[in-house]
Amino acid sequence: MSLPGGTFRENYAQDMAILRTRPQWVMLVALLALLFACPLFCSDRILTIMTMIGIAIISVHGLNILTGYCGQISIGHVGFMAVGAYASAILTAKLGWPFWAALPCAALAAGMAGLIFGLPSLKIKGFYLIMATIASHFIIIWLILQFRGITGGPDGFAVPKPKIGSFVFNSKASYFYLVMIIACLATYLAVNIIRTRAGRAFVAIRDNDLAAEVMGINLWIYKLQAFFIGCVYAGVAGALLVHYYGFASVDQFAFMDSVWYLGMLIVGGMGSTIGAVLGAVSLKLLDELVTVVGPILSVAVAAQAAASLALITRGLVIMLFLIFEPRGLTHRWGMIKAYYRLWPFSHEELE
Amino acid sequence: MTFFLQLSVTGFALGMVYALIAIGFVVILKCSNAFNIAQGHFVLIGGYLGYTFLVPFHLPIWAALFAAIVVAALLGLLIERLTIRPLIGQTELPVIMMTIALASVLEGLVTLIWGGEYKTYHGVLPTITLKLGGISIPPESLTGLIVSVVFMVLLMLLFRHTKIGLAMRATAEDLQVVQSFGIRATTVYAVSWVIASIVGVIGGILLGGVSGVMIPLAEIGLKAFAVVLLGGVNSIGGAIVAGIILGVLENVAAGYLDPLLPGGGLAQVFPFMVMIIVLIFKPYGLFGLSRIERV
Repeated sequence: MSLPGGTFRENYAQDMAILRTRPQWVMLVALLALLFACPLFCSDRILTIMTMIGIAIISVHGLNILTGYCGQISIGHVGFMAVGAYASAILTAKLGWPFWAALPCAALAAGMAGLIFGLPSLKIKGFYLIMATIASHFIIIWLILQFRGITGGPDGFAVPKPKIGSFVFNSKASYFYLVMIIACLATYLAVNIIRTRAGRAFVAIRDNDLAAEVMGINLWIYKLQAFFIGCVYAGVAGALLVHYYGFASVDQFAFMDSVWYLGMLIVGGMGSTIGAVLGAVSLKLLDELVTVVGPILSVAVAAQAAASLALITRGLVIMLFLIFEPRGLTHRWGMIKAYYRLWPFSHEELE
Repeated sequence: MTFFLQLSVTGFALGMVYALIAIGFVVILKCSNAFNIAQGHFVLIGGYLGYTFLVPFHLPIWAALFAAIVVAALLGLLIERLTIRPLIGQTELPVIMMTIALASVLEGLVTLIWGGEYKTYHGVLPTITLKLGGISIPPESLTGLIVSVVFMVLLMLLFRHTKIGLAMRATAEDLQVVQSFGIRATTVYAVSWVIASIVGVIGGILLGGVSGVMIPLAEIGLKAFAVVLLGGVNSIGGAIVAGIILGVLENVAAGYLDPLLPGGGLAQVFPFMVMIIVLIFKPYGLFGLSRIERV
């Protein structure tokens, strides 16, 4: 619908393609070129922000597949990030594994944790599942604190910078490339996972799980698959996060962060890969704005104003989106595109 | 044995406060089908309101309680009108996200107003000391117990013997039927939010009197969810029974197991473990109605 007039699907390859027109390709290549040229002209601070955004994008993609497409609401996403983070940190720091081997293992560990805590999802849904995922976050963090022999308990431990061969990702720019390449791969995979049989099953389960089961979709398998995939993404994001900080500690995995990941999904638009990216970018930028404005306010108003400003702005943004734009930025973007495509007419002629 | 009984009695009194908070949650859930994640933040606000009215303002207890209830009622009305009413007719997720966002905004406001500092008004609440054999009942727990029971009885009377109580019970049963009888659902929603915010604030004042007020007090709301799940989300009686069970279990388990575990802090995660077990084996809780779906 949103393609320009005169674009026809003449063979199966065209029908399956994600990008259909030459301008789309040009824009994508230009965007990627711009993204990967960033370290040439951006300061370290901006690179740090972009790296954080990249990690958030990976994590939100996982949540989007689990919550946005499969409809299994999870507010324990950060708990699964912590599993991946600690798995990778322990493998590289304590056992001396190379980074490229530890990262898939971290993803797998987070996926396994997701499978375990996803088990109740077959019996319960909606609010009950939310409660189960909240509980899973607290149990995971508690377990990490319990095994202080390996995890260092509340003190945490140092994690080496990732190394592939003899190349160490210790500069901001090199880590930026690492995160962005993985984020682009994650986006590419997320777009395509949704187009597979499993992806279509997820959407069917989200829209009506009973009807999906009647149609022959095995709820047990597909719900667990969604949990697995979502948590694998979380594990990768978590591992990238601790390697970036060079330190693993439970403080990096606060419960409210799970809520902000869901908030990114709502701001961006649920059930849309572009929405996940847009949401992660816009909420992270909002956070940056708050860290800039906060100190000014705390001098001008009161010392605690910075902390409260962060909480209030994030809460208010989610509230306003829920009331005025419940389908997120993607929907608004689509409306703007349609408006310009159709102008001076207000709507398309329906056949 | 004395140790066990001591733990149980303290747990029982704590459980009654949990139950009181959980009731606020159940009332909203029954009437408006919204899961109020911000319930713990009503408790937080209650604690700080108690501090403000009792310590800097030096109000007598009854006046402080009355003032806190008035503020809570206004807060409940405001929240329902501004955040929940625009979402009528939406699915679960937007409503839950709204209450989470609400929790964040409330926490921000509390931080802004009270500075997020530790405040205490220990010893201001009236205390009743009681000793049964070798077990001493902590005086604040007893006050908490009595106030909780009084409020539960008041709520019971409201539900059984008033017109709005009847309307609320009917709304819980079937929204469409109620609307076709000409009962305003929005009024019922508003009243349920006011009740929830009042019981939360009362619970906050009680808890604040025992252990002081700080931002993490809001996490008590998460424990109230465990209570609600154990009791069954749409049963007020279930919330009371489950509150007591969980309070006792938590205290006993922490008392016996914390010395054995190196990290400690079992009391903090215990409710969540109960929650997971309940969800796996008995998703609708002890007294909840199981939802039967037909296509």
